[in-house]
Order: sequence, then structure tokens, then C-alpha cells
Amino acid sequence: MSVELIIFIILGVLAIASAILTITARHPIVSAMSLVFNFLILAGLYLTLNAQFISVMQVLVYAGAIMVLVIFTLMLLNLSDEEKFKYKFDYRKIIAWMIAGAFVVELIAIFTNPSISSPGISPNSVEIGTAQNIGAELFSNYILPIEIAGILLFGAIVGAMVMAKRKITE
Amino acid sequence: MQNIPLEYYLILSGIIFIIGAIGMMTRRNAIILFMSIELMLNSVNLSLVAFSSFLGDSAGQVFVFFVMAVAATESAIGLAIIIALFRKKETVYVDEANLLKW
Repeated sequence: MSVELIIFIILGVLAIASAILTITARHPIVSAMSLVFNFLILAGLYLTLNAQFISVMQVLVYAGAIMVLVIFTLMLLNLSDEEKFKYKFDYRKIIAWMIAGAFVVELIAIFTNPSISSPGISPNSVEIGTAQNIGAELFSNYILPIEIAGILLFGAIVGAMVMAKRKITE
Repeated sequence: MQNIPLEYYLILSGIIFIIGAIGMMTRRNAIILFMSIELMLNSVNLSLVAFSSFLGDSAGQVFVFFVMAVAATESAIGLAIIIALFRKKETVYVDEANLLKW
């Protein structure tokens, strides 16, 4: 067993454990903290794939900006006791487990198919993952999508301010 | 790095996606639903980056960049909606937001 495989297994187990803790924790702050941990683990997994730029963006955008926004909202709302809340509809859980089981069966069916051949990691993956290459791609072949993403972000800023502000007239 | 097969990344991505989907369908707290969406988006990002590195094509990493932009947009709008809901109904549980229910 090689060093890379051991690192991958450690990161994978930590990623799955923190994902499970995210959806099972009773207090939302615990969920948010384990989600931050999950994002950092995923940044490490991107590094094992030689994707340096995406790894840095993961830490900056997800673990930095988005989770700060989530935790800020949690602090603002001051949520506490979730225990008093009861599930009104139990059939939702049954449907959830059925859909999850269908996903698992599908995964097993795909990955036990012997006709799938796995290529090795590409020899030029290190050059692909650099900020230089991604930036050149973004501003040459993907110039229209990045402009549309800018318009989308601008609309999101205006929409978030309009929705979250207090009504002055009432 | 040649020793990890592509399937391992895809299986890990599938497992995280399933966990996010289960969280999405079982929890009723809007902020935890929101975090489950982020989990699912991240698992898809992982499989995109894995395909990009294994096939030697940079399109996958560019897609991940756009997914991150849309996720940032979604988080800003979604949290603004949650704050507006909390101001109106004093709750973040989506079962109690039933104004438009028929």
C-alpha cells in the first residue's frame, strides 16, 4: 500500500465522518463547524489530484466566505433547543432512506461493472491545475460564462440586500 | 500520485452526495438543509476535479470555478431568505413556513 493511498484513505474517512456529523448534529453550530472541516478535507483531496488552484479557491471561498456567512446567520438568529421540535411526517424519512438506497444500488451496479477501465492520472495534470492555466482558460474560452457569472453575482448582491433589509415604511 | 484509481474518488463523491441527500430529506432546519446542499455541491465538485485530472482536460476545473460562483450566490440569497422568514414567523423550520401550502 503506497503513501498516496494511505493519505487518500485517511482523508476519505475523515470526509465521510464529518459529512455524517454535519447532518446528524443536534446543534446547528456543530453542523457548521464539521462542514468547515469537511471543506478543508476536500481541499486536501483536490491537492492529491494536483488541482492547486481549485484547492486554494475551496479554502478561500467555501471554508472562508460561505461558512462565515452561515455562522454569522446562525449567531444572528440565536437558535437553541432543537429537541422540542418533533417530526410531523415520518414518511419523509422512509422516502429519504429509499432514495438513498436506490443511489447506493446504482453506485454498486456501476462500479462492479467489469467493463469500466480506469485510466491513470494524466501526466499533464500538474500543468492543468495551475492558476495560470485556469485563468487563461477562463478569460479565453469561457469569457462569456464568466461575464454571466459576474451579472449573477451582482444580482445576488442586490437581491440579498432587498430581502434581508427591514421594511422602513411599516 | 499514480496509485489511486479514479473509482475511489467517484465512490467517495457518491457517498458524500448520498449523505447530503439524506440530510436534505430528513432534517427540517432550513440552515441544515442549506448545509446539505453545500455538501452535495462539493461532492459533485470532487468528481469534476477527479475527471479533469484523470482525463487531462481543464474544462472540469473551470466548471468547478463556476459551481463555486453559483454556490456563493445561492448562499447569499438563501440566507437572506432565511433571515426574512425568521423575521416574519420567528422560526427556521420549513414545516412551519406553510403560507403558500394548498
